[in-house]
Amino acid sequence: MASDYQLFPDQASTLAPQVDALYYFLIAVSVAFTALIFFLVVYFAVKYRRRSDLDRPKPIHGDARLEFVWIAVPLGLTMVMFVWGASLFFDLRRPPSDALEIYAVSKQWMWKFQHPGGQREINELHVPVGRPVKLTMTSEDVIHSWFVPAFRTKMDVLPGRYTMAWFEATKPGSFHLFCAEYCGTDHSHMTGRIVVMTPAQYERWLSNSNGAGAQSLASVGEQLFHQQRCDTCHMERGKGTGPALAGLFGNDVALRGGNSVTADETYIRESILKPNAKLVAGYAAVMPTYAGLITEDNLIQLVSYVKALGQDTGGEAQ
Amino acid sequence: MSTTVFERRSNFVADWVFSGEHYLNINYGIRSWLLTVDHKRIALLYLVSISLFFFLGGAFAVLIRLELLTPQGDLVQAETYNKLFTMHGIIMIFFFLIPSIPAVLGNFLIPIMIGARDMAFPRLNLASWYVYTLGGLFTLGAIIGGGVDTGWTFYTPYSSTYANSQVILTALGIFVTGFSSILTGLNFIVTIHTMRAPGLTWFRLPLFIWAHYATGLIMILGTPVIATTIFLVGLERLLGVGIFDPALGGDPILFQHLFWFYSHPAVYIMILPAMGVISEIIACFARKRIFGYDYVAFSSVAIAVFGFLVWGHHMFVSGQSPYAGMVFSFLSMLVAIPSAIKVFNWTATLYKGSVSYDTPMLYAMGFIGLFTIGGLTGLFLATLGLDVHMHDTYFVVAHFHYIMVGGALMGYLGGLHFWWPKMTGRMYPEGWARIAALILFVGFNLTFFPQFLLGYLGMPRRYHVYPEEMQILNVMSTAGASILAAGFLMPMSYFVWSLRYGKMASPNPWKAKGLEWEIPSPPLHQNFETTPVVTHEAYPYSTPEAKVVI
Repeated sequence: MASDYQLFPDQASTLAPQVDALYYFLIAVSVAFTALIFFLVVYFAVKYRRRSDLDRPKPIHGDARLEFVWIAVPLGLTMVMFVWGASLFFDLRRPPSDALEIYAVSKQWMWKFQHPGGQREINELHVPVGRPVKLTMTSEDVIHSWFVPAFRTKMDVLPGRYTMAWFEATKPGSFHLFCAEYCGTDHSHMTGRIVVMTPAQYERWLSNSNGAGAQSLASVGEQLFHQQRCDTCHMERGKGTGPALAGLFGNDVALRGGNSVTADETYIRESILKPNAKLVAGYAAVMPTYAGLITEDNLIQLVSYVKALGQDTGGEAQ
Repeated sequence: MSTTVFERRSNFVADWVFSGEHYLNINYGIRSWLLTVDHKRIALLYLVSISLFFFLGGAFAVLIRLELLTPQGDLVQAETYNKLFTMHGIIMIFFFLIPSIPAVLGNFLIPIMIGARDMAFPRLNLASWYVYTLGGLFTLGAIIGGGVDTGWTFYTPYSSTYANSQVILTALGIFVTGFSSILTGLNFIVTIHTMRAPGLTWFRLPLFIWAHYATGLIMILGTPVIATTIFLVGLERLLGVGIFDPALGGDPILFQHLFWFYSHPAVYIMILPAMGVISEIIACFARKRIFGYDYVAFSSVAIAVFGFLVWGHHMFVSGQSPYAGMVFSFLSMLVAIPSAIKVFNWTATLYKGSVSYDTPMLYAMGFIGLFTIGGLTGLFLATLGLDVHMHDTYFVVAHFHYIMVGGALMGYLGGLHFWWPKMTGRMYPEGWARIAALILFVGFNLTFFPQFLLGYLGMPRRYHVYPEEMQILNVMSTAGASILAAGFLMPMSYFVWSLRYGKMASPNPWKAKGLEWEIPSPPLHQNFETTPVVTHEAYPYSTPEAKVVI
């Protein structure tokens, strides 16, 4: 990265060039309109400058055709902006299904990351180049916001729920991570860096990092699952008081009352903290809440475990 | 003294026996001001109060820009910095921009422009100033008591649970001041509906009136929502009632919905009156009826209505549903259209006009340019895929300063110069005023244009320290801010100077049209001796000036 000065951000993700293309389109439209207005104002002001205090120019009431033109042309252009922007927005919001899953917990004023293999980092995130990375994020206190300018990605990180962001880095290097939502005294110190590595370097980093030898998130989650006695009720299909969890993740769950919900991270999290919010059809409201008993880190481990149960055996990432 | 005054008058009104009495000298003493129910005097009370707040808010801005001269946090501590930008925002928005044009120029001019003796509710009008002052005192108390550090946006749960500063006192100040806004808006609407002079039909009204009518609608419909929201923040903070904090069972996004439901329309409270001012100035200094009068008039109402439907564009990355984001993006695109209509019609008004370059016109032309840039950069932020990157960066800061300073404040200064002779009976020094307008234009652009680049580069707003590669743009911005600060001191100085030394103003120094130019400067206490009868549309600039009839 340039250390001296910079006027344009690095372009280091697959979507960055697309965001920039849209940016250039809006700049072109804006420059054209601004130039037109500046030119007309200056041209008219000079050409029709007051020559005598007795000037009494004839009134012009208006012109419906002109009004139509300057309503229709801006309307057409803004609709292009809207459609282009909305379609890009959905690309920015929808992570590919094969993404590497990383969890982030933010708090005043730091970022904590957990890799699927159990490696943990603070204010620094190592990722491989050329592979989509999906972040599942939550906050322990106030609202923060994940912002990596070089990737053109931003997403608020909220207490009490998960939000997602994703990116695919296109070049190795070190890039700024900022907290973009004002979060108190050291808001501007809640920064970090994203280190993008070649896949080989990344593998080496994974095995050498301080988390090496640590258990994967899912297996820590499994231990927790037994420790918290979740297994008393959530047993194999048809056996327990609660619904079975194997094969659950990513599928639709029929709820009492006829609705259904997709079993994603948010749903699993909610079911642990507010078990009665969405009751599975055919089960009684008997599960106690775990709110206040387990931390956000624990929740992530449990969610990872349920996720691993939902996938093919050995489907744990890495 | 009185002979000079008499000479000045006698040129204009041969048949009027001059008594020398007007609203400023009809009585004297502190009580005559603090207990006045004259809309013109109340306007001056507001002028003094908001000017004090403007210079206080400006001083905070100077400190912010000085801190940002270097990437390190070397001038003030992080906590102090956070309090500076919070107080800058709160003071400039709630205590300067929202009251600025409506409470000063609107109060002074609305009754005169429609041929009325006063507002519909003169006592309520005075009450609104007292309410404003009370709210201001609470906020000043909060500053003296250590300040507040939540940002002017008060996002929860930071403001309701985590912040350790004067949140309650400040919130109380904004809550109370909101009522002054509601009372002013109510007064405008009722006055415009019921007190128009005979013959002054809706489509004969000056566009200034249309703009203030639309502003009044937003004030009375939007302000109660912010009052409620602030009240709920207080409830959660003081009593621990879970509304916004998830730890208490609340929802932090709910706060953002409620906050922006008011605070986005509030932007239109700031810009619509300025648009009204610009219409008056351009018509006068181009000596032309405004091109497409009805389009300009209706676009004000369209902005007021559509403005209530776009709040979610502040929340594209907040966790709000992406489909809601789509709807808000679409509606935000639509709200750009009435603004474009205004800009094109103002520009077309200059066509085949007789354009002079007096100070108010310099501000009006500056307004058109800066508002165009401010409006177009708003489209960047309304475009979903771009806003993800730009949200909460300096691009947003630059955009809204182009609207609020380049637009609302330039409109206010233009209007203040335009009607200064009417309000005070004195001319300001034209040469100095033109120089000040140019300095402000240059200083403004140098301050805020680099911030667009800084934002796209990725500098988040509300940052006390920043990466070194972003310094050069920050240095440019701070340099511009110094020019801007010097520029603002100029009008302040020569306006005060003109009160004593300015040339006496004639009733109509600009040869403008409109009822306010058909009465003496300064106006009589009762505005008109007999109720005027209006027989023509606004802006009849092709006809000779009406004689001053009292």
